[in-house]
Amino acid sequence: MKTIKLITGLFVLLITTVVWARVEVATLRGNTPLNEEGKPPMMAQVVNDDEKLQRAYPMQPPIIPHKIDGYQVDMNTNTCLSCHSRKRTPESQAPMVSVTHFMDRDGNFLADVSPRRYFCQQCHVTQDKVRPLVENQFKDVDLVLKEEQAKQVK
Amino acid sequence: MKVTRRSFIKANAAATAAAVAGVTLPAGASNLITASDQTKLKWSKAPCRFCGTGCSVNVATRGERVVATHGDINSPVNKGLNCVKGYFLSKILYGKDRLQQPLLRKKNGKYDKQGEFTTVSWDEAFDVMAAQFKKTLKEKGPEGVGMFGSGQWTVMEGYAASKLMKAGFRSNNIEPNARHCMASAVAGFMRTFGIDEPMGCYDDMESADAFVLWGSNMAEMHPILWTRVTDRRLSAPHVKVAVLSTFEHRSYELADIPMIFTPQTDLAILNYIANYIIQNDKVNWEFVDKHTNFHMGNDDIGYGLRDEHPLQKKAKNAGKAGGSEKITFEEYAKFVSKYDAKYVSKLSGVPESQLKQLAELYADPNRKVTSFWTMGFNQHTRGVWCNNLVYNIHLLTGKISTPGNSPFSLTGQPSACGTAREVGTFCHRLPADMVVANPKHRAIAEKIWKLPSGLIPPKPGFHAVQHNRKLRDGEMNAYWIQVNNNLQAAANMNEETYPGYRNPNNFIVVSDAYPTVTAEAADLILPTAMWVEKEGAYGNAERRTQTWYQLTNAPGEARSDTWQLMEFAKRFTTDEVWPADILDANPEYKGKTLYEVLFRNGNVDKFPLKDINPEYENQESKHFGFYVQKGLFEEYATFGRGKAHDLADYEVYHQTRGLRWPVVDGKETLWRYKEGSDPYVKPGTGFEFYGKPDGRAIIFALPYEPAAEAPDKEYPFWLSTGRVLEHWHSGSMTQRVPELHKSFPSAVCFIHPDDALALGVRRGDEVKVTSRRGEIRTRVETRGRNKPPKGLVYVPWFDATQLINKVTLDATDPISKQTDFKKCAVRIEKV
Repeated sequence: MKTIKLITGLFVLLITTVVWARVEVATLRGNTPLNEEGKPPMMAQVVNDDEKLQRAYPMQPPIIPHKIDGYQVDMNTNTCLSCHSRKRTPESQAPMVSVTHFMDRDGNFLADVSPRRYFCQQCHVTQDKVRPLVENQFKDVDLVLKEEQAKQVK
Repeated sequence: MKVTRRSFIKANAAATAAAVAGVTLPAGASNLITASDQTKLKWSKAPCRFCGTGCSVNVATRGERVVATHGDINSPVNKGLNCVKGYFLSKILYGKDRLQQPLLRKKNGKYDKQGEFTTVSWDEAFDVMAAQFKKTLKEKGPEGVGMFGSGQWTVMEGYAASKLMKAGFRSNNIEPNARHCMASAVAGFMRTFGIDEPMGCYDDMESADAFVLWGSNMAEMHPILWTRVTDRRLSAPHVKVAVLSTFEHRSYELADIPMIFTPQTDLAILNYIANYIIQNDKVNWEFVDKHTNFHMGNDDIGYGLRDEHPLQKKAKNAGKAGGSEKITFEEYAKFVSKYDAKYVSKLSGVPESQLKQLAELYADPNRKVTSFWTMGFNQHTRGVWCNNLVYNIHLLTGKISTPGNSPFSLTGQPSACGTAREVGTFCHRLPADMVVANPKHRAIAEKIWKLPSGLIPPKPGFHAVQHNRKLRDGEMNAYWIQVNNNLQAAANMNEETYPGYRNPNNFIVVSDAYPTVTAEAADLILPTAMWVEKEGAYGNAERRTQTWYQLTNAPGEARSDTWQLMEFAKRFTTDEVWPADILDANPEYKGKTLYEVLFRNGNVDKFPLKDINPEYENQESKHFGFYVQKGLFEEYATFGRGKAHDLADYEVYHQTRGLRWPVVDGKETLWRYKEGSDPYVKPGTGFEFYGKPDGRAIIFALPYEPAAEAPDKEYPFWLSTGRVLEHWHSGSMTQRVPELHKSFPSAVCFIHPDDALALGVRRGDEVKVTSRRGEIRTRVETRGRNKPPKGLVYVPWFDATQLINKVTLDATDPISKQTDFKKCAVRIEKV
């Protein structure tokens, strides 16, 4: 058993060495050397399926699951609110802007959405149909709790 | 929608039924956890890792993991808000490719510049690195070594680095990447006021009647400050917003006066406004007579290129760019008189009516005006002039240092003010606005540091752009880069940065959390702890100092920059790096390590481990045996106390959401130079610009001069570069957050639809963007957030696969030495 472990250990070490013994380490550039220029990826489409995604944590601003091309958000109008405002949700069946958006700087609730929340895209963004460049190993709190419990049971 | 509410409920019927029937399911099967010990999160505060706004963030940890982040409701800066980057801070620590072990280029088991990256121990890494630094120090002296840090260093890290370089290695070749970012703002402040950093603060936004954005896209680059401007504009209808840029961007969504000007002509517009104020008798004479002087600045100052460049040779005042002479108001008025509406409109392309509207905002004595600027002003071959000229306008009208009247230089990095400027990690600076060239200042530093006199070299070191030139020329050979990605960030990568880093004579060390392109060009990569993996302090754009505790451990063998600097210092003795005459005169320093003389000096190691908050980990302190961060901070704070840069006691910052310096008698200062709000202003003066010996700020006569490179037949487009909202700087953190990556996955070339049509390209087509120095391949964007005018393109620089700084020009402001990343000439070709 010990020998197997040792061999596995060595093998892992070997792999690690092999993986790192290279010149192009800048993960985001793939294998393109620094003094060359790779072909840029095709422009991706925007996710437009209206499906809600789970938030990474409750306070995360939800992403926009649809196209917003040509949406006008300026001093004259805010196209987003034409579906997401409190008054419009019965017709649109879109989620109403969060209650936090009615609060001013001092936490007082206003009659309508606070002007400080006016430009939606400062927090809410669309998603292109592309793959992450690098895996992100952030752990959801539920998983962290589960792992804690599993440890306790052991 | 594939799943309807009905079908979803049906599928979950079993669980629902069990719950209704009162069947006890195991805890894990219940769909809501209610036991408080299982759901409790530990919340702590930390300033955001990204821009210079300095939002406070609440960070939730559970055990070893950061599990959530959100805007801190108790912070006066952001009052509960974050931008999209800030909301995803939790994920920046967890990219799968975090560096966890030192990597050294090796061949046949030995260091080799042409070798492959191989994992090594910290001991081996430091052995090789120390040998290389010692070799260079021996062969070239202190001028052969250099360090390139950052406005993202914590205050303590920058301070420790500065000590190690300036006093330890006796080299002033230390620079922050903030040189690329706000050096022009610094030089502007020093020239006009004699003391660095804004007089006003963010509270100005709730009082202003008008906002003018000069080369600043706050909507994307300072989103949370933009929420405050938006709040003010939309809730107080009399408020006006003017936005000036060389292309239309998101901030124009709120513009009452939207202006697009030809690159470089902002200089003329600024002088036009001053002229308008004078011509229309709107000068605030009471203020001007009592609190200002007039100077004529040197003109024709060159473009900060290499000395042999024809443009440098041609410039009359290249050698004395910062010079000026006192003049009268009448001489000044005559100087600006040529900048009338007709001339400036023709030069800038801005209609006369808009110029007048803009000037009237400033001229109207009943309107409180706040001016904001960022990289459009600072990354400019006349960046210091731009800063001086906007102060002129505020000084002529007396619209300064009172709530809402505020010429406000915004900063790009979280501690550009705190670490780069206040600590003085520039090649010419010491803490608290002091400079190495001044013998009195050096003596103060040597005394506080308890070091022999004569140790700090008097000659300023090489500035950031010179670093790359000196590396390329093989004059600087041992170089340490911390907390930044300068190969991607510095202009003219092909001709300067890359050949500099890969010069066979040079040894390049990069400390980073992730394998960036700079790391790839290095010889040794040191894995580094980031953000809340260490205790630290940042200083934001409104002089607010904020601290945080270590909230989680760094992965693997990653160590903080402070740990790296202090451990590396152990590898040198004074005998190896200090001259014999200094040691002979101060024999008690003989045979000591740099670690001992710099960090075990009775100051830095003054606070014992028991002073550390027991609720938090502090790895460096435990390693060294004393409260490292507090010791470094308190020694540093000695420089500014009583000198108008007063900081509070270290512990106060852990208890508050930061305080704006000078902090005198426990009270922060909101508006400097104004009697009643600034304790340093003498009673009876009203205002006092005490950075200048006579208490008067300077109004400068400075002309419009053309850019270093402008479009021509061969290269017919202006190229402007910059950031996007979703990515921070070179994207090394944000591109590893899936949600941020997917929101803006690749750089594009924003171009006017008519220009695209003329080139025969459509949205999404591949093009080459080429200058005299290099090219990138990218795709055409004719829609979206940026709408350039004809003849100008905009390419963001976050994308490591499209290194736009291969294309840009390393022309700098001759006074501030800051690069102009906003102007060079390119051609666009279909691929």
